[in-house]
Amino acid sequence: MASVHTETNGPEQPTPGAAESSLTVAGEELRGTSSPKQEANRHSVQLRVNTQLHAVDLDPRTTLLDALREHLHLTGSKKGCDQGQCGACTVLVNGRRINSCLTLAVMHESDAITTVEGLGTPDRMHPMQAAFVEHDGFQCGYCTPGQICSAVAVLDEIASGVPSHVTVDLARPIALSETEIRERMSGNICRCAAYPNIIEAIRTVAGGRP
Amino acid sequence: MIGAGINRIDGPLKVTGRAVYSYERQDAGQPFYGFIRGAAIGKGKIAAIDTAEAESAPGVRLVLTHRNAPKQGAFVNKPTIFDRPHPQLTTDRIEYFGEPVAFVVADTFEQARAAAALVNLTYGREDGAFDLANHADQAEPQATLSIGLPGETRFGDLEAAMSAGPVTIDQTYTTPYHFSQPMEPHACLADWRDDHLTVYLATQTVAQNRIALAETLGLAADQVTVDAAFVGGGFGSKLYLHAEAVLAALAARKLANPVKVALTRRQVFTLTGHRPEMIHRVRLAATLDGQLTGLGHDVNLQAAVAEPWIEQAATVARSLYAAPNRLTRHSITNLDLKAAEAVRGPGELPGLLAFETAMDELAYALDIDPVELRLKNDTAIDPELGVPLNGRRLADCLREGAKRFGWDRRPKTPGSRREGDHLVGYGMAAGIRMHFQGPTGAIVRIEPDGRVIVRSDTPDIGTGTYTIAAQIAAESLGIGVDQVTVQLAHSDFPPSAGAGGSWGASNLSIALDRACQQIRNRIAEAAGLGATPNDILADVGRWFPEGVEATGQTIGQADDPNFKNYSQNTYGAAFAEVAVDIATGEVRLRRMTGVFAAGRIVNAKTARSQLMGGMIWGVSSALHEAAHVDPRYGNWVNGDLAEYLMPVHADIPAIETVLLDDYDEHANHLGIKGVGELGVCGTGAAVSNAVFNATGIRVRDFPITLSKLLSGLPPMRTAA
Repeated sequence: MASVHTETNGPEQPTPGAAESSLTVAGEELRGTSSPKQEANRHSVQLRVNTQLHAVDLDPRTTLLDALREHLHLTGSKKGCDQGQCGACTVLVNGRRINSCLTLAVMHESDAITTVEGLGTPDRMHPMQAAFVEHDGFQCGYCTPGQICSAVAVLDEIASGVPSHVTVDLARPIALSETEIRERMSGNICRCAAYPNIIEAIRTVAGGRP
Repeated sequence: MIGAGINRIDGPLKVTGRAVYSYERQDAGQPFYGFIRGAAIGKGKIAAIDTAEAESAPGVRLVLTHRNAPKQGAFVNKPTIFDRPHPQLTTDRIEYFGEPVAFVVADTFEQARAAAALVNLTYGREDGAFDLANHADQAEPQATLSIGLPGETRFGDLEAAMSAGPVTIDQTYTTPYHFSQPMEPHACLADWRDDHLTVYLATQTVAQNRIALAETLGLAADQVTVDAAFVGGGFGSKLYLHAEAVLAALAARKLANPVKVALTRRQVFTLTGHRPEMIHRVRLAATLDGQLTGLGHDVNLQAAVAEPWIEQAATVARSLYAAPNRLTRHSITNLDLKAAEAVRGPGELPGLLAFETAMDELAYALDIDPVELRLKNDTAIDPELGVPLNGRRLADCLREGAKRFGWDRRPKTPGSRREGDHLVGYGMAAGIRMHFQGPTGAIVRIEPDGRVIVRSDTPDIGTGTYTIAAQIAAESLGIGVDQVTVQLAHSDFPPSAGAGGSWGASNLSIALDRACQQIRNRIAEAAGLGATPNDILADVGRWFPEGVEATGQTIGQADDPNFKNYSQNTYGAAFAEVAVDIATGEVRLRRMTGVFAAGRIVNAKTARSQLMGGMIWGVSSALHEAAHVDPRYGNWVNGDLAEYLMPVHADIPAIETVLLDDYDEHANHLGIKGVGELGVCGTGAAVSNAVFNATGIRVRDFPITLSKLLSGLPPMRTAA
């Protein structure tokens, strides 16, 4: 089994100091306990995605995001940074949003996973998807599935009283203010900077308007 | 149909996750996965490299290094820029931190990534020059900029004007390294079969990347197919051919199996280009009533001499204001960093950030309203080219913006408006963006059953190109948008100048409209009519049983008299209100208004969105973005999305974005210009000037972060 320990800032961003002092190499510290072996380790997991059950045989290091994209070919969930900094990979797991790049697929046996594909189709869009189209809440579209999954979860969080950093009064129902929505959506970066349009789209859905 | 703010026709695909980007394509069957290992030094050489352990790791198919990489075409510093070959793994020399030293291909992504870490490297590190400030004295003046404009322009005697005064500004501003950082990392899926390479590539320029790849790999252009049906943003960084495409192609050829590779986010920092850091000196001289008598802008910017990108940052002043004495100059300082590249608003973003901040300093020095100062120095004739400034609506933008924003309520004295523990200020700036035109083709086909198909290699990188192409064809043919099928970004389609430089919409629209007029002429001829009535299109099968098609072409600006007889630009004015927390120095943007004149707008909704996004880039340049180099090692110390600060939802309030009703008959026969970069032009300076108005502190080293304000802020009020 490949017991190599990989880190997000491993091979491509080694400690510069190490290069200076010893002329060694980033690979050194990362090698861990690996020994020359040819066998790839595989692991079976059952993933329940968009209500469908999939049996997947995968490398145990596979993230939920890569399981969705590379094994199930559900490429709606996007890989923007692979280290939990951009939100493009946001999916719903048992109704709560998570960064699917920060969790391993094998940890999600029997969980109910919803991706952007499960929310709606081009012919039958989820209200949030339709609102994003109507309010032009995207340009390149790459962060969009994550924004939409996040937005759907944000409205649920507010409705069920989950507080945020900007919630003023924890004892009362949370107001559906723009400040609340912006704060809660801030884990989803949009480089096209469609932010004001995304907020419009979410408010429209929250207000029940078309 | 032109002008209508219809929804994006590719919108339903994008919001439901059905738009398939390059790395996600299934067309070629199951690919192998590639992972790039980057150098851990900024300058020097590979002293030893051992790939044995990586090669014996599970699933590994190939480890490429400089020792076994196939011979490739040499780099050529072509003035056409985007079609330059970029060979990889060619030597043991390391020219910049993170440069690819090995490429590992395996059955799975996890295996490739793990094995890449098993390549053992020993480096011979050499000292390098990594910081601009300490090497600024080595700057070399440049005669010509990368886009072909002169590096230096000089009129009258600026020194004399500065001596004469009576009011002058002579200040130095620094703008930092910026990265495009589109949300989709640079990625390529390469498929070799039957001596032909197909790449599904995240690119802004299809025809140019095809040539670049062909020359790198020693192929004829027609042996390479490039497909970029969906691209997750570019902002300049996908104009160029980068390592991932070359390495994927080399490996796919060697392994006779498709190979795909995406840069990690950290590699997007090391392996794609940055906007160079710049030191700007801006000089202004004016009469007491605010008439400019002299203006000067000197820029010294970082470059890698092997492939210098000489960004046109000092050109912003050339067409913006009248003044008899003028001097604009560019010089470059060679550092051991990766070659810089175009990042959104090349020239204008850093140039106007500095220049329009200086104009604000002049307004305060003169005690003249900053809007008034700009109106006073407006000009109908390009002060340097001596030809009319077509579509010059700067004054309209300024007046409309001031009215909408409520500029008359601005605090006249800096630092004078306090709301609790916040200082509140207003700022404004003017914007200008050169309008370009590049050779672009389009083909229109009408099937016998009347269906219309439009094709061009121009990609839609989020720019709305699919949608506006349908709108142009619908308008030209007198049909509905839903009758048009748009196919873009494939190298089998007519080549274009690409998506970048704010010219995709106008380049494509002109070519497309011409193709549509051609097809109407052909139908009229076949039908024996003087003209083609709209309703005849459904019947083209009567005369053309195989369908009918026609091509249209937009010529490059060098061949277009419009670009000799006029100085082509778009214009804007931005107004911002900020609140600065006196305890923390935190600057919050409260509201912003931008008013723009960019010729005829093809789609009011997508154009507004693009300008709004550009304005947010402006905000970011004033308050957030800067990439930092470690001056010891030449690496990007904040090279990821947590440390390289870009605006998030919480940073951005509602933003008013207004497009003036415009039509520029001297731009082209459709009156269209472009909006892709205009939103970033001057918007950063509006925020910077608002911070000064709020605090009385002038920060000239961008971005304006907390620490640069803290020591100058007033004490907090003690609780009563």
